[in-house]
Amino acid sequence: MSVPSKSIACPVPASPRDDCVTLAHGEGGRLTHRLISERILPAMANEFLDDLGDAASLPRCEGPLAMSTDSFVVSPLFFPGGDIGSLAVHGTVNDLAVSGARPLWISLGLIIEEGLPIATLERVLSSIAKAARRSGVRVVTGDTKVVPRGAADKLFINTAGIGEKITPSPPGPTALEPGDEIIVTGPIGRHGMAVMASREGLEFESPPTSDSAPLVDAVEKLREAGVPIRAMRDATRGGLAAVLQEWAEASQMTLSIDEERLPVTPEVRGLCEVLGIDAVHVANEGTMVVAVPRGSTGDALRALQSVAETAHAKCIGEVGPRSLAAVVVRRALGRQVPLDEPLGAPLPRIC
Amino acid sequence: MCLAVPGKVVEWREREPPFASALVEFGGVQRSVNMACMTDVDLGDYVLVHAGIAISRIDPDEAARVWATLEQIDLDEMEIGDRGDTVVDEE
Amino acid sequence: MRYVDEYRQPELCQKLIAEILQLATRRWTIMEVCGGQTHGLLRYGIDIELKEAVRLIHGPGCPVCVTSLESIDFATQLARRPDVVLASFGDMLRVPGSRENLLQVRADGGNVQIVYSPLDAVDFAASHPEQQVVFFAVGFETTTPATALAVHQAAQRGLDNFSLLVSHVRVLPAMEMLMASKDSSVQGFLGAGHVCTVAGYQCYKEFVREHRVPVVVTGFEPVDLLSGILECVRQLEGGEAAVCNRYSRSALAEGNRQALDIVDDVYEICDQAWRGLGTIPDGGLQLREQWTRFDATKRFTQLDLPVIESTQCRSGDVLTGHIKPVECEFFSSTCTPESPMGAPMVSAEGACAAYHRYAGDLSQQTV
Repeated sequence: MSVPSKSIACPVPASPRDDCVTLAHGEGGRLTHRLISERILPAMANEFLDDLGDAASLPRCEGPLAMSTDSFVVSPLFFPGGDIGSLAVHGTVNDLAVSGARPLWISLGLIIEEGLPIATLERVLSSIAKAARRSGVRVVTGDTKVVPRGAADKLFINTAGIGEKITPSPPGPTALEPGDEIIVTGPIGRHGMAVMASREGLEFESPPTSDSAPLVDAVEKLREAGVPIRAMRDATRGGLAAVLQEWAEASQMTLSIDEERLPVTPEVRGLCEVLGIDAVHVANEGTMVVAVPRGSTGDALRALQSVAETAHAKCIGEVGPRSLAAVVVRRALGRQVPLDEPLGAPLPRIC
Repeated sequence: MCLAVPGKVVEWREREPPFASALVEFGGVQRSVNMACMTDVDLGDYVLVHAGIAISRIDPDEAARVWATLEQIDLDEMEIGDRGDTVVDEE
Repeated sequence: MRYVDEYRQPELCQKLIAEILQLATRRWTIMEVCGGQTHGLLRYGIDIELKEAVRLIHGPGCPVCVTSLESIDFATQLARRPDVVLASFGDMLRVPGSRENLLQVRADGGNVQIVYSPLDAVDFAASHPEQQVVFFAVGFETTTPATALAVHQAAQRGLDNFSLLVSHVRVLPAMEMLMASKDSSVQGFLGAGHVCTVAGYQCYKEFVREHRVPVVVTGFEPVDLLSGILECVRQLEGGEAAVCNRYSRSALAEGNRQALDIVDDVYEICDQAWRGLGTIPDGGLQLREQWTRFDATKRFTQLDLPVIESTQCRSGDVLTGHIKPVECEFFSSTCTPESPMGAPMVSAEGACAAYHRYAGDLSQQTV
């Protein structure tokens, strides 16, 4: 059979738009392959990923492993100090780090709403690659799905991470004892306020910068310094207050903090005043809370302050026997009052 | 009701109501604030801002005067009935 | 921050507290009308510090608590319309309507946009001409210049896709209603500082003369609150009743003339339904005739669905100070912030929600 000559009109499918992601990019054919091989692989390149097998084959580890997963749905995708990509890496990496593990490998699941500009995807991918390098992890496996418009909000990312335990997990909040001290590793509320100030309808100039960052080095320094850690948590959703409430519930102690000692940047401070929001309830993405026995506070602070991400670590309060409420805060008048426990995410208010 | 926050006027952007606006600084952040109700404040003045609108100018002299009286409060010397800026006498 | 930090200074606060405690020969009952003041009093524990000298009643000055159920129901209906974006202050999203709140409507696909300023809603309307943008105009006198300006801006920009769902309320008629009640226990008022910043405080002269209760215009920071309470106690101990301004750095007797002119151009006084309190004569504002084209209630038809208010909720008694939240049989049992029976259990300023927060230590409460 002869090859049809060019003169015969043939219903050639319209060539797909190449400036944005379409459903065809997720259907497993040539476009999917091109998306992965031309856009994703070059950004992430490493020997585990280059195989492109159905699963990554990973080397044996000496000690026990830790595993964690998290999904990221932030809107807008880009905000001062980060984007959904860096967030997706740091979030999972930090969950491993505060569990006493050194993060090694992460998976990357992308759920893309059709119509996402390729340029946007590339910007996120390069941010993921950069954050992975900074955190010392490698993206070893992944998946890409494209969903119809409206079925997702531009881009959702799921990451799962595996790390090698280098210290036993901190005993956790049930081990808290009266006299323990509470450290926060940096100014609070930066991530949540950076995102809120970037949203339509709330535009601020010179908004705060997100604290999104890996806490791997900070945890490593604490380990090197031999600081006995009672409990350690990254203070993400719900902010500092959520961690304190959870620890107080678990330990049946009262956790008390001093408002005066809380580290807050002038940007977050100003924005919180204007919108009527308390920075203790606002999300962080590179700031953790650490509880240590009283005698170890100095060592812990010195270790943390030697790392860029936690250079402004501060002791903000202490653990005591259960008194008037689970978490109390000492404000201007010197009196301890129960800390508010909001129902959901803080909303800007006028009253 | 009525959260209103003091901020410093750092730049006039538009003078004509209802669009009069200025850049106002709150702590470390700045935002464009509608000035239609406060058209004659100067740069450096502090205004009270509610829901994106300047609703008053904070009077620094008055603030200083009241501050001084607060700091001088002395329990033993205080007279009951010293009413400060009372605008209505009991009749 | 200037004009904020210095008014939170611990030493001065302690001095003022000592002074109030020393001055009071008995326990006085003072109402702070404004929810923002309630917030400050509880946030700093001032109510507890002063409990020997002052019983503070948290008044009806919180739009979240008093915005009429009819308005909230209409807002949720509008937000459900595919052609409408309902723009609102964040405060209103959790307030229960008859059937649902705005957060639930949003979860169901309704378009609810949180804005910081009504003027942001005007900008939003200008950049989304294909959608009808309705701003939910709630709040006391303080907020009225902002929503009136939104109308002026929308008119000048020729926007025909912007309107207001107006549910503004006025403080003084509510105070009149409280004092008209025979069993009112209120002996003095902290006047709402930011309301007075806009509306002035001359208007309280008649009120003070008639009811012989002190009205002290008071700010919101701890030093402001304490200095307002001190003045109120001082008048009460001296058997006096006068209007006094303890927020003089911001509030003037005549208010803000420019703001009042704009408000007066756009709004006129009307009778207004207050949630939990009923209809208060002259208790609210409505758009004047020449601005009705910006009235969402004229632009959209309201579905005729019954308004369902809990018959058991005693929020009216709480807002008027007749009972403390803890005296309500449903308090913290069937009625909690997670499933509120009435609005005062919703907002951070709501008296019931504020008390609920202290549930772990009832003995500390200023009952």
